[in-house]
Amino acid sequence: MPYNLKEVMNKKERLTPGHRMCAGCGATIGVRAVLRALHEEDRAVIGNATGCLEVSTYTYPYTSWEDSYIHNAFENAGATLSGVETAYRALKKRGRLPENENFKFITFGGDGGTYDIGFQSLSGAMERGHDMVYVCYDNGAYMNTGIQRSSATPMYADTTTTPVGSASNGKMQKRKDLASIIAEHNVPYVAQTTLTKDFKDIYKKSEKAIYTEGACFLNLLAPCPRGWRYETADVMEICRLAVDTCYWPLFEVDHGNWTLSYEPKRKLPIEDFLRPQGRFKHLFKPGNEDLLVQFQEEVDRRWEDLLYKCAK
Amino acid sequence: MSMKDRMSGNEAVAYAIKQINPDVMPAFPITPSTEIPQLVSTYIANNEMDTEFIPVESEHSSMSATIGAEAAGARSLTATSSCGLALMWEELLLAASDRMPCVLALVNRTLSGPININCDHTDSMGARDTGWIQIYAENNQEAYDNFIQAYPIAEDERVHLPVMICQDGFITSHAVENIILNEDPDVKDFVGEYKPEEFLLNPGKPIAIGPYAISPYVMEARKAQEEAMENAREVIKEVAGKYRQKFGRGFDFFEEYRTGDAEFIMLIIGSAAGTAKQAVDDLREKGIKAGVLKLRVFRPFPAEEIAAALKNAKAAAIMDRCESYNGHGGPLASEVRAALFENNVRIKVLCYTYGLGGRDFTVESAYNVFDELSQMVNDGKEFKQHRYIGLRSSQSPEVR
Ligand SMILES: Cc1ncc(C[n+]2csc(CCOP(=O)(O)OP(=O)(O)O)c2C)c(N)n1
Ligand code: SF4
Ligand SMILES: [Mg+2]
Repeated sequence: MPYNLKEVMNKKERLTPGHRMCAGCGATIGVRAVLRALHEEDRAVIGNATGCLEVSTYTYPYTSWEDSYIHNAFENAGATLSGVETAYRALKKRGRLPENENFKFITFGGDGGTYDIGFQSLSGAMERGHDMVYVCYDNGAYMNTGIQRSSATPMYADTTTTPVGSASNGKMQKRKDLASIIAEHNVPYVAQTTLTKDFKDIYKKSEKAIYTEGACFLNLLAPCPRGWRYETADVMEICRLAVDTCYWPLFEVDHGNWTLSYEPKRKLPIEDFLRPQGRFKHLFKPGNEDLLVQFQEEVDRRWEDLLYKCAK
Repeated sequence: MSMKDRMSGNEAVAYAIKQINPDVMPAFPITPSTEIPQLVSTYIANNEMDTEFIPVESEHSSMSATIGAEAAGARSLTATSSCGLALMWEELLLAASDRMPCVLALVNRTLSGPININCDHTDSMGARDTGWIQIYAENNQEAYDNFIQAYPIAEDERVHLPVMICQDGFITSHAVENIILNEDPDVKDFVGEYKPEEFLLNPGKPIAIGPYAISPYVMEARKAQEEAMENAREVIKEVAGKYRQKFGRGFDFFEEYRTGDAEFIMLIIGSAAGTAKQAVDDLREKGIKAGVLKLRVFRPFPAEEIAAALKNAKAAAIMDRCESYNGHGGPLASEVRAALFENNVRIKVLCYTYGLGGRDFTVESAYNVFDELSQMVNDGKEFKQHRYIGLRSSQSPEVR
């Protein structure tokens, strides 16, 4: 079916307003976009790791979720949904669920709950091949507990556990490439996406992930105005810059085939993505030019590597 | 109808699982419980049962997936021991607070360090305040019988709490003994079908599980859990009564062995009760009025009943197969003494730590305990109230 933005945007919201996420938070925009890819007649069980999204969308006695929803803990969204999905198969097999009822299983975890503490649980669920989608909304830090670094935090970012100071330029390590790591699990479908102007990339990838049988993984860049310190209204622009600087390339790995979803006509310098964000302010102080050079080199290296994988 | 067989405790529990044929079982290997998932997997591989088995990558995930499956509307369980139970700690609390009527087959083993694979109760006793019902077995027969009673207790609408069925690692789990098994249809009939009222996969009736709750709600939720645990007292008795009626075996909260006229009672949990009973028989022949109270249910704690059972004794020995590091005994010691105090039973007690890391609890050790109670009562000898029994000492330093 051809993509029709208006039609897609008019679909009934499955994460309803009234939740307590910050205004303009990239996570909620991303989650709603993923859920729009669910076919309206299909039911879903949504899983969620502890983090901003969970504490702000299901605060007893209110829930913003239209579908069945389970939050268990911080580090086990993968395992928890494994259990739910297996129960579905067990109950179907035993005739305890109506045959015409289809459930889909989608779980959301922040980068902390996915790259770090929930990494093992995720890896296990992917390897076992449960028919589910794990969506990591990557805002590059533990936001819920006050912006601490994670293994998804970019190099040199100022966080509350990698603070910039007279003896520190922020986080010293490079970020983990989780999408590649999950692709190496040889699961049927892995994709990296974010919010683009027409939301087509995230819609198409979500639909593919939800309707591909087996364990699928989406890595979704979800800007956090509070932690990144940019103007709240600029979320779409920040995403565009992440993509056009090739900091956050859009690609998919479909049954082992790496494909680039988008190639910028003109690759922008990484400064364009870093400059609007307060967490990188120190990189623009005189004397820190070499840090920017190193950042650029790292982006270039990863981009070349991706182009190679996509056989471009 | 019933069948006679010979089985280990692990085999007995796996057999009960086969007969119940639950919906989902996630599990991870750890000695000495490993055989349970192995046997279940083998039954499934041979088409003797059709539970969905999830070979998870850790015990944290086995309990997480058990919760997920149970929340989804499936009768679920897992099995573990020791470090496995410790790793799933946070999830034990979640299973209970999410009011999941799932079951855990626990094979008791000590916790590191030093790392050791043998029995004591450090693992389950550490989990005593997680909100799980805990039922202990003396032998393979009781492990089997207890397991069959687990779901009817857990799933009762007055309870809705998870149940831990405990047996002693190696001593019970691996020792092959005679056992009487129930017929399949009788077990299925006793356990019944699982019909949850609310569950994730209920079409058209979505629910949300696991909220963030602000302070005005948390205490009420905990209190509801506490009330469910209180209700469990009645339900455990009812289920045990029905089981006795149908299969002719079992106890409510504890077994009283020759306690009727006993002056000295040993209160003990698990396989060591068998040893204690042997000692009691021997001592009775010499005219010493000894008895054993073998505790089956530790959570909910039958405080009043224990106090009533001990009230006419002159002294009691409270036996803990673990340490609390509070200077005056293990968890059983603390709870029993509180029960005695609360119920105005002022008998003398000595609190013993025994059998750690698989140290044998011998009939001689039990004689010694009764002897110390008698010296305390009859000779007025004073003892330090918390004592270790079975330690190697300068008098007997050899390692056996
Ligand atoms: C076992 C455990 N450790 C730590 C925490 C505290 N904690 C809750 S959410 C969170 C950070 C979440 O970060 P992330 O997954 O990136 O989600 P975000 O808040 O950024 O959306 C932390 C550290 C916890 N709940 N559980
Ligand atoms: S702190 Fe960041 S991630 Fe959390 S709700 Fe606010 S904007 Fe979203
Ligand atoms: Mg985060």
